[in-house]
Amino acid sequence: MGELLFFVAGIGALAGAVGVVAVRNPFYSVLALVSHLLCLAALFLLLRAEFVAAAQVVVYAGAVMVLYVFVVAYVGGQDEPLGPRAGSGLRAISAIFGAVLFIELCVATLGSGLQLIDSGGTPAPGSFGSPEEIGRLLLTKFLLPFEVASFLLLIAAVGAVVLARRRGGLSHAEEQARYSAMDMLRPAYTGTMAEAVGGRHTLPEASGENQASGEDDAAAEPVAGRAEDDR
Amino acid sequence: MDIGWFLAVSALIFAIGAAGVLTRRSPLVILLCLELMLNAANLALIAFARMHGNHDGQIFAIIVMVVAACEVTVGLGVIVAMQRRRLPIDVDEMQELQG
Repeated sequence: MGELLFFVAGIGALAGAVGVVAVRNPFYSVLALVSHLLCLAALFLLLRAEFVAAAQVVVYAGAVMVLYVFVVAYVGGQDEPLGPRAGSGLRAISAIFGAVLFIELCVATLGSGLQLIDSGGTPAPGSFGSPEEIGRLLLTKFLLPFEVASFLLLIAAVGAVVLARRRGGLSHAEEQARYSAMDMLRPAYTGTMAEAVGGRHTLPEASGENQASGEDDAAAEPVAGRAEDDR
Repeated sequence: MDIGWFLAVSALIFAIGAAGVLTRRSPLVILLCLELMLNAANLALIAFARMHGNHDGQIFAIIVMVVAACEVTVGLGVIVAMQRRRLPIDVDEMQELQG
Protein backbone atom coordinates (compact mmCIF):
# COMPACT_ATOMS: atom_id res chain seq x y z
CA MET A 1 0.00 0.00 0.00
CA GLY A 2 2.78 2.39 0.91
CA GLU A 3 4.66 1.56 -2.28
CA LEU A 4 1.60 2.10 -4.45
CA LEU A 5 0.87 5.46 -2.83
CA PHE A 6 4.50 6.48 -3.21
CA PHE A 7 4.59 5.75 -6.91
CA VAL A 8 1.25 7.42 -7.61
CA ALA A 9 2.17 10.55 -5.66
CA GLY A 10 5.74 10.62 -6.92
CA ILE A 11 4.72 10.34 -10.57
CA GLY A 12 2.07 12.99 -9.97
CA ALA A 13 4.62 15.33 -8.41
CA LEU A 14 7.08 14.83 -11.26
CA ALA A 15 4.35 15.33 -13.87
CA GLY A 16 3.30 18.55 -12.13
CA ALA A 17 6.91 19.76 -12.11
CA VAL A 18 7.34 19.04 -15.81
CA GLY A 19 4.02 20.76 -16.46
CA VAL A 20 5.16 23.94 -14.68
CA VAL A 21 8.23 24.16 -16.90
CA ALA A 22 6.77 22.96 -20.20
CA VAL A 23 3.33 24.57 -20.38
CA ARG A 24 3.10 27.69 -22.51
CA ASN A 25 0.39 29.60 -20.62
CA PRO A 26 1.43 30.91 -17.16
CA PHE A 27 -2.06 30.24 -15.82
CA TYR A 28 -1.75 26.53 -16.58
CA SER A 29 1.71 26.60 -15.01
CA VAL A 30 0.16 27.76 -11.77
CA LEU A 31 -2.47 25.01 -11.93
CA ALA A 32 0.26 22.42 -12.58
CA LEU A 33 2.12 23.70 -9.53
CA VAL A 34 -1.03 23.28 -7.43
CA SER A 35 -1.31 19.61 -8.44
CA HIS A 36 2.42 19.20 -7.81
CA LEU A 37 2.02 20.60 -4.29
CA LEU A 38 -0.91 18.30 -3.52
CA CYS A 39 1.08 15.23 -4.63
CA LEU A 40 4.03 16.45 -2.56
CA ALA A 41 1.76 16.71 0.48
CA ALA A 42 0.88 13.03 -0.03
CA LEU A 43 4.60 12.22 -0.05
CA PHE A 44 4.98 14.19 3.21
CA LEU A 45 2.21 12.09 4.73
CA LEU A 46 4.08 8.94 3.73
CA LEU A 47 7.10 10.32 5.61
CA ARG A 48 4.89 10.87 8.66
CA ALA A 49 5.02 14.65 8.55
CA GLU A 50 1.33 15.28 9.13
CA PHE A 51 1.58 18.89 10.21
CA VAL A 52 3.88 19.90 7.37
CA ALA A 53 1.56 18.19 4.87
CA ALA A 54 -1.44 20.07 6.23
CA ALA A 55 0.47 23.37 6.18
CA GLN A 56 1.57 22.63 2.63
CA VAL A 57 -2.00 22.17 1.44
CA VAL A 58 -3.48 25.08 3.39
CA VAL A 59 -0.72 27.69 3.09
CA TYR A 60 0.95 26.79 -0.19
CA ALA A 61 -1.71 25.24 -2.39
CA GLY A 62 -4.32 27.50 -0.84
CA ALA A 63 -3.05 30.96 -0.03
CA VAL A 64 0.16 31.42 -2.03
CA MET A 65 -1.30 29.94 -5.20
CA VAL A 66 -4.33 32.24 -4.97
CA LEU A 67 -1.86 35.15 -4.89
CA TYR A 68 -0.23 33.73 -8.03
CA VAL A 69 -3.57 33.36 -9.80
CA PHE A 70 -4.46 36.96 -9.01
CA VAL A 71 -1.15 38.28 -10.35
CA VAL A 72 -1.39 36.14 -13.49
CA ALA A 73 -4.87 37.50 -14.07
CA TYR A 74 -3.60 41.05 -13.51
CA VAL A 75 -0.53 40.79 -15.72
CA GLY A 76 -2.46 38.86 -18.34
CA GLY A 77 -1.99 35.16 -18.92
CA GLN A 78 -1.00 35.54 -22.52
CA ASP A 79 0.88 32.74 -24.19
CA GLU A 80 4.57 33.35 -24.27
CA PRO A 81 6.99 31.68 -26.62
CA LEU A 82 8.67 28.81 -24.83
CA GLY A 83 12.36 28.89 -24.28
CA PRO A 84 15.00 31.52 -24.98
CA ARG A 85 15.49 33.39 -28.23
CA ALA A 86 16.16 31.16 -31.21
CA GLY A 87 19.73 30.32 -31.93
CA SER A 88 21.11 31.01 -28.49
CA GLY A 89 21.43 27.34 -27.66
CA LEU A 90 20.47 28.02 -24.07
CA ARG A 91 17.76 25.37 -24.07
CA ALA A 92 20.21 22.53 -24.80
CA ILE A 93 22.65 23.91 -22.24
CA SER A 94 19.97 24.11 -19.57
CA ALA A 95 18.77 20.56 -20.29
CA ILE A 96 22.34 19.31 -19.94
CA PHE A 97 22.73 21.38 -16.77
CA GLY A 98 19.58 19.86 -15.30
CA ALA A 99 20.71 16.31 -16.08
CA VAL A 100 24.15 16.93 -14.60
CA LEU A 101 22.57 18.48 -11.51
CA PHE A 102 20.31 15.45 -11.08
CA ILE A 103 23.20 13.02 -11.34
CA GLU A 104 25.27 15.07 -8.94
CA LEU A 105 22.47 15.25 -6.38
CA CYS A 106 21.89 11.50 -6.66
CA VAL A 107 25.59 10.84 -6.09
CA ALA A 108 25.64 13.26 -3.18
CA THR A 109 22.62 11.81 -1.40
CA LEU A 110 22.34 8.16 -2.40
CA GLY A 111 26.09 7.58 -2.46
CA SER A 112 26.68 9.18 0.90
CA GLY A 113 26.98 5.86 2.69
CA LEU A 114 24.31 6.69 5.22
CA GLN A 115 23.27 3.38 6.72
CA LEU A 116 19.60 4.15 7.17
CA ILE A 117 19.08 5.37 3.63
CA ASP A 118 18.06 1.95 2.41
CA SER A 119 15.61 1.44 5.23
CA GLY A 120 12.25 2.90 5.98
CA GLY A 121 13.73 5.14 8.66
CA THR A 122 14.11 4.68 12.37
CA PRO A 123 11.06 3.43 14.22
CA ALA A 124 9.22 6.45 15.55
CA PRO A 125 6.49 6.82 18.14
CA GLY A 126 2.93 7.28 17.01
CA SER A 127 2.94 11.00 17.73
CA PHE A 128 5.81 11.63 15.31
CA GLY A 129 5.12 14.69 13.20
CA SER A 130 1.86 15.54 14.91
CA PRO A 131 0.91 19.19 15.45
CA GLU A 132 1.43 18.71 19.18
CA GLU A 133 5.09 17.75 18.79
CA ILE A 134 5.79 20.45 16.20
CA GLY A 135 4.13 23.10 18.32
CA ARG A 136 6.07 22.14 21.40
CA LEU A 137 9.36 22.28 19.50
CA LEU A 138 8.49 25.62 17.91
CA LEU A 139 7.88 27.17 21.31
CA THR A 140 10.81 25.62 23.16
CA LYS A 141 13.83 24.55 21.15
CA PHE A 142 13.17 26.61 18.02
CA LEU A 143 11.66 29.72 19.57
CA LEU A 144 14.17 32.13 18.03
CA PRO A 145 13.73 30.87 14.42
CA PHE A 146 9.97 30.99 14.94
CA GLU A 147 10.03 34.64 16.01
CA VAL A 148 12.51 35.61 13.30
CA ALA A 149 10.26 33.95 10.70
CA SER A 150 7.25 35.92 11.89
CA PHE A 151 9.24 39.15 11.69
CA LEU A 152 10.40 38.21 8.20
CA LEU A 153 6.79 37.75 7.13
CA LEU A 154 5.95 41.20 8.46
CA ILE A 155 8.84 42.77 6.55
CA ALA A 156 7.83 40.97 3.36
CA ALA A 157 4.21 42.13 3.67
CA VAL A 158 5.27 45.76 4.15
CA GLY A 159 7.78 45.46 1.30
CA ALA A 160 5.16 44.05 -1.07
CA VAL A 161 2.80 46.93 -0.30
CA VAL A 162 5.57 49.49 -0.85
CA LEU A 163 6.66 47.84 -4.12
CA ALA A 164 3.23 47.44 -5.66
CA ARG A 165 1.87 50.78 -4.47
CA ARG A 166 0.45 53.20 -6.98
CA ARG A 167 2.83 56.12 -7.33
CA GLY A 168 1.71 59.68 -7.86
CA GLY A 169 -1.75 59.39 -6.40
CA LEU A 170 -5.07 58.66 -8.01
CA SER A 171 -5.97 60.25 -11.28
CA HIS A 172 -8.69 62.86 -11.24
CA ALA A 173 -11.44 60.76 -12.80
CA GLU A 174 -10.89 57.91 -10.37
CA GLU A 175 -10.94 60.32 -7.46
CA GLN A 176 -14.29 61.69 -8.52
CA ALA A 177 -15.78 58.24 -8.84
CA ARG A 178 -14.81 56.90 -5.46
CA TYR A 179 -16.83 58.84 -2.93
CA SER A 180 -18.82 56.82 -0.49
CA ALA A 181 -21.17 57.61 2.36
CA MET A 182 -18.38 57.12 4.87
CA ASP A 183 -16.55 60.16 3.49
CA MET A 184 -19.25 62.41 5.01
CA LEU A 185 -18.59 61.11 8.49
CA ARG A 186 -14.86 60.75 8.49
CA PRO A 187 -12.28 63.52 8.68
CA ALA A 188 -9.34 63.46 6.31
CA TYR A 189 -6.20 61.45 6.99
CA THR A 190 -7.79 58.78 9.14
CA GLY A 191 -6.10 55.88 7.50
CA THR A 192 -8.25 54.79 4.60
CA MET A 193 -6.89 52.53 1.88
CA ALA A 194 -7.12 55.30 -0.71
CA GLU A 195 -4.97 57.54 1.44
CA ALA A 196 -2.48 54.72 1.82
CA VAL A 197 -1.98 54.46 -1.94
CA GLY A 198 -1.41 58.17 -2.27
CA GLY A 199 -4.75 59.81 -2.92
CA ARG A 200 -6.56 62.06 -0.47
CA HIS A 201 -10.31 62.10 -0.30
CA THR A 202 -12.03 65.36 0.29
CA LEU A 203 -15.64 65.91 -0.49
CA PRO A 204 -16.28 68.29 -3.36
CA GLU A 205 -18.72 70.25 -1.20
CA ALA A 206 -16.20 70.61 1.58
CA SER A 207 -13.82 72.88 -0.31
CA GLY A 208 -14.73 75.90 -2.35
CA GLU A 209 -12.00 75.24 -4.84
CA ASN A 210 -13.60 72.08 -6.11
CA GLN A 211 -16.91 73.82 -6.54
CA ALA A 212 -15.27 76.51 -8.59
CA SER A 213 -13.61 73.95 -10.78
CA GLY A 214 -16.95 72.22 -11.23
CA GLU A 215 -18.48 75.47 -12.50
CA ASP A 216 -15.55 75.91 -14.80
CA ASP A 217 -16.16 72.45 -16.17
CA ALA A 218 -19.78 73.28 -16.84
CA ALA A 219 -18.85 76.51 -18.58
CA ALA A 220 -16.08 75.05 -20.66
CA GLU A 221 -17.75 71.82 -21.62
CA PRO A 222 -16.85 71.91 -25.32
CA VAL A 223 -13.21 72.42 -24.43
CA ALA A 224 -13.28 69.48 -22.07
CA GLY A 225 -14.90 67.36 -24.74
CA ARG A 226 -12.12 68.23 -27.13
CA ALA A 227 -9.56 67.33 -24.49
CA GLU A 228 -11.23 63.95 -24.09
CA ASP A 229 -10.96 63.42 -27.84
CA ASP A 230 -7.29 64.27 -27.76
CA ARG A 231 -6.75 61.65 -25.13
CA MET B 1 9.34 2.71 1.35
CA ASP B 2 13.08 3.37 1.41
CA ILE B 3 14.28 6.87 2.15
CA GLY B 4 16.50 6.77 -0.95
CA TRP B 5 13.50 6.78 -3.26
CA PHE B 6 12.25 10.02 -1.74
CA LEU B 7 15.68 11.57 -2.15
CA ALA B 8 15.78 10.54 -5.81
CA VAL B 9 12.37 12.16 -6.43
CA SER B 10 13.59 15.27 -4.63
CA ALA B 11 16.74 15.45 -6.76
CA LEU B 12 14.68 15.06 -9.95
CA ILE B 13 12.26 17.84 -8.97
CA PHE B 14 15.18 20.13 -8.12
CA ALA B 15 16.82 19.47 -11.49
CA ILE B 16 13.56 20.18 -13.34
CA GLY B 17 13.15 23.43 -11.42
CA ALA B 18 16.72 24.53 -12.15
CA ALA B 19 16.32 23.80 -15.86
CA GLY B 20 13.07 25.76 -15.83
CA VAL B 21 14.70 28.81 -14.24
CA LEU B 22 17.28 28.75 -17.03
CA THR B 23 14.88 28.26 -19.95
CA ARG B 24 11.76 30.27 -19.24
CA ARG B 25 11.56 33.99 -19.92
CA SER B 26 8.51 35.13 -17.95
CA PRO B 27 9.40 36.17 -14.37
CA LEU B 28 6.15 34.62 -13.17
CA VAL B 29 7.17 31.18 -14.39
CA ILE B 30 10.67 31.71 -13.03
CA LEU B 31 9.15 32.31 -9.58
CA LEU B 32 7.12 29.11 -10.00
CA CYS B 33 10.30 27.19 -10.83
CA LEU B 34 11.94 28.64 -7.72
CA GLU B 35 9.00 27.23 -5.77
CA LEU B 36 9.71 23.85 -7.33
CA MET B 37 13.32 23.95 -6.15
CA LEU B 38 12.33 25.00 -2.62
CA ASN B 39 9.79 22.19 -2.46
CA ALA B 40 12.39 19.66 -3.57
CA ALA B 41 14.59 20.84 -0.70
CA ASN B 42 11.61 20.50 1.65
CA LEU B 43 11.06 16.91 0.54
CA ALA B 44 14.70 16.07 1.17
CA LEU B 45 14.60 17.72 4.60
CA ILE B 46 11.51 15.77 5.63
CA ALA B 47 12.96 12.53 4.29
CA PHE B 48 16.08 13.05 6.41
CA ALA B 49 13.93 13.92 9.42
CA ARG B 50 12.14 10.61 8.99
CA MET B 51 15.48 8.85 8.60
CA HIS B 52 16.87 10.22 11.84
CA GLY B 53 13.58 10.00 13.68
CA ASN B 54 13.59 13.53 15.09
CA HIS B 55 11.66 16.64 14.20
CA ASP B 56 14.42 19.10 13.35
CA GLY B 57 14.09 18.62 9.62
CA GLN B 58 10.36 19.20 9.73
CA ILE B 59 10.82 22.49 11.60
CA PHE B 60 13.40 23.46 9.01
CA ALA B 61 10.89 22.66 6.25
CA ILE B 62 8.29 24.91 7.88
CA ILE B 63 10.80 27.78 8.06
CA VAL B 64 11.64 27.20 4.39
CA MET B 65 7.94 27.51 3.59
CA VAL B 66 7.82 30.85 5.42
CA VAL B 67 10.82 32.12 3.46
CA ALA B 68 9.22 30.92 0.22
CA ALA B 69 6.04 32.82 1.04
CA CYS B 70 8.07 36.00 1.67
CA GLU B 71 9.96 35.55 -1.60
CA VAL B 72 6.68 35.11 -3.48
CA THR B 73 5.12 38.26 -2.01
CA VAL B 74 8.11 40.43 -2.82
CA GLY B 75 8.59 38.88 -6.27
CA LEU B 76 4.95 39.30 -7.22
CA GLY B 77 5.08 42.88 -5.93
CA VAL B 78 7.99 43.56 -8.29
CA ILE B 79 6.05 42.01 -11.18
CA VAL B 80 2.99 44.14 -10.41
CA ALA B 81 5.20 47.26 -10.30
CA MET B 82 6.69 46.27 -13.66
CA GLN B 83 3.22 45.89 -15.13
CA ARG B 84 2.18 49.30 -13.75
CA ARG B 85 5.08 51.03 -15.44
CA ARG B 86 4.31 49.30 -18.74
CA LEU B 87 7.65 47.50 -18.71
CA PRO B 88 7.95 44.27 -20.67
CA ILE B 89 7.28 41.18 -18.55
CA ASP B 90 10.34 39.42 -19.89
CA VAL B 91 13.62 38.83 -18.12
CA ASP B 92 15.60 39.05 -21.35
CA GLU B 93 14.45 42.60 -21.97
CA MET B 94 14.65 43.73 -18.34
CA GLN B 95 18.36 44.20 -18.13
CA GLU B 96 18.61 46.92 -15.53
CA LEU B 97 16.78 47.37 -12.29
CA GLN B 98 16.62 51.14 -12.49
CA GLY B 99 13.88 51.39 -14.93
